[in-house]
Amino acid sequence: MSDAQIECRDLWKIYGKRSDEAMKAVLSEGLTKDEVRDRYGCVLGVRNASFSVKKGEIFCIMGLSGSGKSTLVRHVNRLIEPTAGEIHVAGKRVDTMGEDALRQLRAETIGMVFQHMALWPHRTLGENVGFGLEVRGVPLEERRKSAETALGAMELSGWIDHYPDQLSGGMQQRVGLARALAADPEILLMDEPFSALDPLIRRQLQDQFLSLSEHMHKTTLFITHDLDEAIRMGDHIAIMNDGEIVQIGTPEEIVTNPVDDYVADFVKGISRVGLVRAETIMEPLDGREGTPKQVRADAELGEIIDKFMEDQSPVTVTNPENAPVGLITIKAALTALRG
Amino acid sequence: MDLWNIFDKEWIPVGVWVETALQWVVANFRFIFQAIKVPFDLVLTALEDGLTEAPDLLVLALIVLIAWQAGGRKLGIISAICMTAIGLMGAWEESMTTLSIVLTCVVFCSLIGIPLGVLAAKRNRFWMVLQPILDLMQTIPSFVYLVPIVMLFSIGNVSGVIVTFIYALPPVVRLTNLGIRQVRPDMVEAARAFGASNRQTLYKVELPLALPTIMAGVNQTIMMALSMVVVSSMISVTGLGQMVLRGIGRLDMGLATVGGLGIVFLAIVIDRVSQSFGQSSRARNHQKWYETGPVGAVRTLVRK
Ligand SMILES: Nc1ncnc2c1ncn2[C@@H]1O[C@H](COP(=O)(O)OP(=O)(O)OP(=O)(O)O)[C@@H](O)[C@H]1O
Ligand SMILES: [Mg+2]
Repeated sequence: MSDAQIECRDLWKIYGKRSDEAMKAVLSEGLTKDEVRDRYGCVLGVRNASFSVKKGEIFCIMGLSGSGKSTLVRHVNRLIEPTAGEIHVAGKRVDTMGEDALRQLRAETIGMVFQHMALWPHRTLGENVGFGLEVRGVPLEERRKSAETALGAMELSGWIDHYPDQLSGGMQQRVGLARALAADPEILLMDEPFSALDPLIRRQLQDQFLSLSEHMHKTTLFITHDLDEAIRMGDHIAIMNDGEIVQIGTPEEIVTNPVDDYVADFVKGISRVGLVRAETIMEPLDGREGTPKQVRADAELGEIIDKFMEDQSPVTVTNPENAPVGLITIKAALTALRG
Repeated sequence: MDLWNIFDKEWIPVGVWVETALQWVVANFRFIFQAIKVPFDLVLTALEDGLTEAPDLLVLALIVLIAWQAGGRKLGIISAICMTAIGLMGAWEESMTTLSIVLTCVVFCSLIGIPLGVLAAKRNRFWMVLQPILDLMQTIPSFVYLVPIVMLFSIGNVSGVIVTFIYALPPVVRLTNLGIRQVRPDMVEAARAFGASNRQTLYKVELPLALPTIMAGVNQTIMMALSMVVVSSMISVTGLGQMVLRGIGRLDMGLATVGGLGIVFLAIVIDRVSQSFGQSSRARNHQKWYETGPVGAVRTLVRK
């Protein structure tokens, strides 16, 4: 295994009683999701998914409702049993793991955040956040201390003895995050954590999470149905359609180079200004001279367009040694902007 | 034979069959049923002795305190009025007997019904089998099984508890099953995601969240047990029911009324108190039970 913290190989999930039969038929005949449903009464949740997430990276999974995102992440801590395929987490094989080892993995290595918070209403915030430690038999005092720290990190200290229904939605989801972080796990699974919040709060929480993860370096699987969010948060993005991962790449790769119409459709409305970089759109020098207007190879499109404000002559792209490596014409810049 | 009136003759002698089967069971297995009586007998005797032998006013005070603790000062006052009325009408002794029968029944219904309900919620097949049995228990008129019960368990208060138990068990099973099934799936999923075992999930998440529904079941069970009071007095169960029955038998309207009123007052108290037990702390502004009522008052006094 490489430095991948989470790795899934050829993962399949078919829901339903006749999943084994359906699985065989899908493999031999390549049935679609609808055909599987009509013939076997089974739902194809995940179809042959393979991906790996490096330590410390934020990996977004995005797709329309029903595309199998939730199903896919729930395999990582095996809340859902795979029909076929392998799952490796933090160097351990999860799909063949025994019950005790699995519970330990869930309690110590993986924290999870849910779309509808899923805070237990009969427990105080402290009891909610300390739950993972409680089921492992950690004494009350220690649990409370961890809960205090975790709530403090989410700017919720002082609320420890309150109940979830006394908090606003945004605060509740911060408790959800605190609960996931309380046991200091290496991995975070976040199933549309901010989707139920209104845009302003969502933005706030995204920023808070990003700055948090900058110094915590948790390996994060982040689900969203909003490409803007995926681009903001993700180091890599996987796009799902009908249970299948159709494309994996960096935000820039996805936006500039969608593999099919489904992905292209998502990408259409996305602003490229902060995504496309100079080296992607430059043309080779081919013996031409550099011009006085210069940008670095990793400059974003916005910066390049600024250069055309004064006059429309081409911009030179330089490498880190300040040597010219390419040119960008105004036409290339505008084409990239339109997408 | 008159073909037009073939039903004059009894073709399928169900009655005879049942009769013989019952005779056979009684002759061979009576000891089993006598053994079943033992735990019921133990609890009932303890409760009845406690309630009837303790000084009336002490019991009254205890009931009022419990009501106050469970449902606040208003319920405490209502209970005081109802119980005093019973006492003043001269039905105190009888009401204590009835109360202990009902309480015994509740103890056993909860002890057996709640685990059954949990199991039913977890195993669909078990629930499919259990459901028709519960329907049967609720729909067979209770008069019908008075006779076999008497033959198997003989007459008296313990048999009364058993009849009442059979009649009153279904709601607590049904509502426990419902309550557990209604727990939001993501609440359970979250518990599992943080490493809880099935047992931990049940005790720490599912049961607490289902508690209001389960308590509604217990409350219904209590009300059904109370409604059996008069019927079960036919197998010489003592208490308020017997006052009513004797009153009817002798056309003694006074006696029947006193018994009837006693049942009503007792029902009000038990119903309200058991309903208040079912309220979650969320509905009470998250005050813990020991922060309110007489216990809370004592605690604040001690703190000062
Ligand atoms: N327990 C289940 N039993 C049967 N089918 C299921 C089950 N859970 C999910 N599915 C099906 O699997 C498919 C993928 O569902 P999933 O919940 O993973 O989608 P999703 O991408 O998370 O959607 P959303 O954005 O709405 O949360 C859907 O067609 C759904 O109907
Ligand atoms: Mg989902």
